[in-house]
Amino acid sequence: MSQNKMNLKLKVWRQKNAQTTGAFVTYNVEGISDEMSFLEMLDILNEKLITEGGEPVAFDHDCREGICGMCSLYINGKPHGPWQANTTCQLHMRAFKDGETIVIEPWRANSFPIVKDLTVDRSAFDRIIQAGGYISVNTGNAVDGNSLPIEKQNADDAFAAAMCIGCGACVAACKNSSAMLFLSAKVSHLALLPQGAPERKTRVLSMVAQMDKEGFGSCTNTGACEATCPKEISIANIARLNSEYLSAGLTSE
Amino acid sequence: MTFKQMFTSSVGKKLVMAFTGIFLVLFLVVHAGLNACIWAMDGGVMFNKAGHFMGSYVVPRVLEIGLFLGIFLHIIQGYMLTLENRSKRSVGYAVSYKDGSKWYSRSMAILGTILLMFFIIHWKHFWIPSRITGVEEIDLGNGFVVHNLYAVMQETFQSLWVVIFYVISCISLGYHLAHGFQSAFKTIGVHNKKYHVLISSIGYGFAIVIPLVFALMPISFYLHWVN
Ligand code: SF4
Ligand code: FES
Repeated sequence: MSQNKMNLKLKVWRQKNAQTTGAFVTYNVEGISDEMSFLEMLDILNEKLITEGGEPVAFDHDCREGICGMCSLYINGKPHGPWQANTTCQLHMRAFKDGETIVIEPWRANSFPIVKDLTVDRSAFDRIIQAGGYISVNTGNAVDGNSLPIEKQNADDAFAAAMCIGCGACVAACKNSSAMLFLSAKVSHLALLPQGAPERKTRVLSMVAQMDKEGFGSCTNTGACEATCPKEISIANIARLNSEYLSAGLTSE
Repeated sequence: MTFKQMFTSSVGKKLVMAFTGIFLVLFLVVHAGLNACIWAMDGGVMFNKAGHFMGSYVVPRVLEIGLFLGIFLHIIQGYMLTLENRSKRSVGYAVSYKDGSKWYSRSMAILGTILLMFFIIHWKHFWIPSRITGVEEIDLGNGFVVHNLYAVMQETFQSLWVVIFYVISCISLGYHLAHGFQSAFKTIGVHNKKYHVLISSIGYGFAIVIPLVFALMPISFYLHWVN
């Protein structure tokens, strides 16, 4: 298969650590195949930087197949780049044209402090999960697969919400730096299933409290999160989160 | 969880915006309905009676207090939320993300500020004279004396600048409602698809019809469609 090669200009945010202020640095990369992934293109840049004795650009990644949620990058004004329902690791260079300038920024939110260059600390999400995004069960013997009847629609909605990979693109996209889409996905997938029922009220209240403590903003339903989410988490989950919160808040002690 | 904790959390603050917003939406219906009396073509008799009812009976006066509380809460909370949300991202992006959301959804504070300026001028035009500084009175017969608010309207809307300002404010109201109406219902937890589709359609219709009715009032006086 014939490959198209392209030369690109990259404007990359470089920042030594959380204490220093960063700046954009411009690099030229040549001979990039349109079949490469975006991260492979950055690998080539880094190899070049290392060969030249420079400091490679730090960026997060792990699975490189769109399932782990580690990759990030705000590319040309959109989290995870120009494609819809896609992670940065699954973005391919055919999305760009020869000679194009690509601006690469880290997720920007005070709750996601920059560790280095394009890498941010997303442990705030872990602490939100720790506040209630689980079910407490005594596992005992494995039960029969069909002993818990679950309505098909609820199972589907719960599964769709559970698709969230915790990447944080919703926060990066939101003008309020709100983590509400992430939280709503986590609350919804348990609220829709019988296993989530016993801790349903305390879960939503403690997870919202932790989200506020982490310093995320307040949702104003602009819809930017849904539009950029690689897993197409629906904003309807935020409305469900609100109703869970309202009923839990009004009926708690 | 106390009520205070509940309504001061990130979700709770939105609930305050949503509940006050829905209350103000209801007020808009009442206000537009009463003011539509100017088109009765009776020289303002029906309109002045409606104004008299709103200003002199206890139920509308009590509701008026609620209305002011609602408006102030909505304004103050709105500004606080905007400032707070802005403070969550100290270093902004070089390229901003515009495709994922509507410009008016991102501009609720600016649209709201235009509406606040409008309210101040609007109160000065009508509410303050009617309730505090006094308005010329008119006898509708049998000693039924009411404020001639119709004449105040006629006079106010002779100025082209006032009419333009009112129309711009109505357009801002339209966009504020285009986002606010459906957003308020999402915030109070309506997530069923069928209701959501219904509410969104009603919301867009409302955002067009109500501001249009309001905008036609100064225009009607200015162009002498009513006299
Ligand atoms: S909701 Fe979507 S954008 Fe947000 S963390 Fe989950 S997968 Fe990422
Ligand atoms: S690296 Fe795992 S989702 Fe992109």
